[in-house]
Amino acid sequence: MLAMPQQAPSRARAPEPYDVIIVGSGAGGGMAAYELTKAGARVLVLEAGGPWDNTSAQYSAMLKMPYDSPRRGASTADRPFGEWDACIGGWNIPGEPYTRAEGTRFDWWRARMVGGRTNHWGRISLRFGPDDFRRKSIDGLGDDWPITYDDVKPWYDEVDKLIGIFGSVENLPNEPDGIFHPAPAPRYHERLIKQTCDTMGITCIPARLSVITKPLNGRAPCHYCGQCNRGCMTNSNFSSTNVLLTPALRTGRLRLQTHAMAREVTTGPDGRATGVSYIDTQTGEDKHVSARVVVLAASACESARILLNSKSARHPQGLANSSGVVGKWLTDTTGAGVSGYIPRLEDVPRHNADGVGGNHIMMPWWLDNRKLDFPRGYHIEVGGGLGMPTYGFMGSIHNYPGGGGYGADLKQRYRKYWGASVSFDGRGEMIANEKSYCELDPTVTDRFGIPVLRFHWQWTDHEYLQVKHMQETFRAIIHEMGGEVFSPMPTREQGYGIANGGAIIHELGGVRMGPTERDSALNSNCQAWDCDNLFVADGGPFVSQADKNPTWTIMALAMRTSAYIMQQRRAGAL
Amino acid sequence: MSDMDRRELLASLVAIPAALAIPQDGVDRATAHAHEAVLAEAGTVGQQGRPYVPTNFTPDEWRLVRLLVDYVIPRDTRSGSATDAGVPQFMDFILGEYRSNQTWMKEGLGWVNAECRRRFGAGFVSCTDVQRREVLDAIAYPKTAAATVRAGAEFFTRFRNLTASGFWSSRIGVADLGYIGNRPVSEWVGTPPEVLRWLERG
Repeated sequence: MLAMPQQAPSRARAPEPYDVIIVGSGAGGGMAAYELTKAGARVLVLEAGGPWDNTSAQYSAMLKMPYDSPRRGASTADRPFGEWDACIGGWNIPGEPYTRAEGTRFDWWRARMVGGRTNHWGRISLRFGPDDFRRKSIDGLGDDWPITYDDVKPWYDEVDKLIGIFGSVENLPNEPDGIFHPAPAPRYHERLIKQTCDTMGITCIPARLSVITKPLNGRAPCHYCGQCNRGCMTNSNFSSTNVLLTPALRTGRLRLQTHAMAREVTTGPDGRATGVSYIDTQTGEDKHVSARVVVLAASACESARILLNSKSARHPQGLANSSGVVGKWLTDTTGAGVSGYIPRLEDVPRHNADGVGGNHIMMPWWLDNRKLDFPRGYHIEVGGGLGMPTYGFMGSIHNYPGGGGYGADLKQRYRKYWGASVSFDGRGEMIANEKSYCELDPTVTDRFGIPVLRFHWQWTDHEYLQVKHMQETFRAIIHEMGGEVFSPMPTREQGYGIANGGAIIHELGGVRMGPTERDSALNSNCQAWDCDNLFVADGGPFVSQADKNPTWTIMALAMRTSAYIMQQRRAGAL
Repeated sequence: MSDMDRRELLASLVAIPAALAIPQDGVDRATAHAHEAVLAEAGTVGQQGRPYVPTNFTPDEWRLVRLLVDYVIPRDTRSGSATDAGVPQFMDFILGEYRSNQTWMKEGLGWVNAECRRRFGAGFVSCTDVQRREVLDAIAYPKTAAATVRAGAEFFTRFRNLTASGFWSSRIGVADLGYIGNRPVSEWVGTPPEVLRWLERG
């Protein structure tokens, strides 16, 4: 059983300058901390939030029953996804505002805890495919990456082996297979969905989640309690805290500083990074730590914000921003969902359908965009089953036959219809555009006095028409299953039901990599063009979004960047 | 851990559903803590037999709520009623913790009483069962409710949902539904054979 080791005792040797300071402890920061400490570097990780440990009942709510809390799982101010969600954060954090340009909407989600967003996600872990690195060459839109799938493939392999992922070998052209643990068998409603998709020509395969189904690196396999999002006490799924930071702390070379809100990267007269200044969020004190190398892994927008706030005579537009692209070309995944009632699933025989904390099947993008009126694809996530009844249980009962009502008849219908609905969520690729970006707000600061971000956001027809296709597809699947859709088809004026920018929590770009320093902040090693000892290891470097969840690529790139840092250090360059 | 060790460990754990491959004292502490929190925060158990005193409903509202939740989910041959499951106390807690619920709840309870007085000259509590059902029939089906009672129908949809949240997530509700997850499973078989047969029926 892994337990969070204590901080390494203070050493006789002065810690500063650290070899590397990493800002952020999520997927990218955790991976960089793991790799760099393993390779011998002395590392400081700054985390804006507080501590966490999945293995402790003080934090994890795994195996609690709904009646163990008077809230019955309802959300709280710092847990928008329900009181038991492992992730502390949200779209609104007191004292840490952001603003939006007039007439635009973007919701910025932040985690404030060790492990960052890896405490909150579906563990859907998809590699970008070969086409995803070269979309402009295919359809002329957006930009190609300066690297290819082949550059990243070995790192994806390493991530698979280190962290663990289940899935199945499918040999699909743009959905690269990984090194998979066996995938869990589908649940009853997922079987029906798969049958239906097979008849409709929609590719439907086992999901690919970072949940282990065999022992791996001292971690026990999944026990299928269905509560991944509460913080797994056996570390059978991935979180940065318990899978990356814990072993990194064991090396004795990592110091983890919580409650440290980074303000800026400091630079010397030569323009190179000298360290990071941060606010101790508990005392309000301004502090500075020095290092030979700085890695920003604070999340795409937060890293852009730190760079824009790192102004100096040598870097008047902010650090790594001589090109002016920091904050630009921001994207989020497109999202829309449809749910419905499936008569064939009424009165499902009771059984334990929990499984892992996420869907056991998925539908990767299966169509050819050349034959469609929008340029990029989406994948489909499914919901349904006999999940734990909590706050909000069957809140759409009035949409089932019977239309609501009350009394003994209603009570019986809850029983009959529990487990007889399915939902489909599309997660698609947005194409980066000039009108979706963030910048420093000229007047507003947060409670620490740090200038905040102002967001600009605009979807284009590329996204609207894609989401329209999602809606039509999901409705068609539900009808094919013999079901009834709960909601009417949203109109064009309603944006076809597209989720707000930021709502899917997949922000990417803002500190993009590129082939030249004229049009990008980073080179292909995620190294700042303007500052050779500064790197970015989160979603910031992404050039395009893909129809895949980004975490696996963030970690593969963070691993690759860490290897590059160590190689450069050995060569004496850093 | 070898596969055999794992199977044995999990077999022993499955026999004790509340346990898992985690330090047992940790689970016990968490469970005890949760239980204390329930008692302390919700006050779902009257102290020494004294009746529960709501903090977010007036005495009149409380009588109405206690009646209304059992109209939504009554006792039947399989399980108890909403009041048996502590739903009124749950609502009192929710109104205190999530105060934005107070407006629709209190306006809605007021609407129900006003409608009863308009029709029968007495509030819901003082009406007969037949009279109460006449009002509920008018507002319990939001898709077909008359425009003149729209406010009542919107209230009742929310009230029904909050009742269902409290009832089905209670011990009584969970047992009634037959939810048997949230426990360690040594080997995931997916859909059991009998469910497969059911699924593949004609």
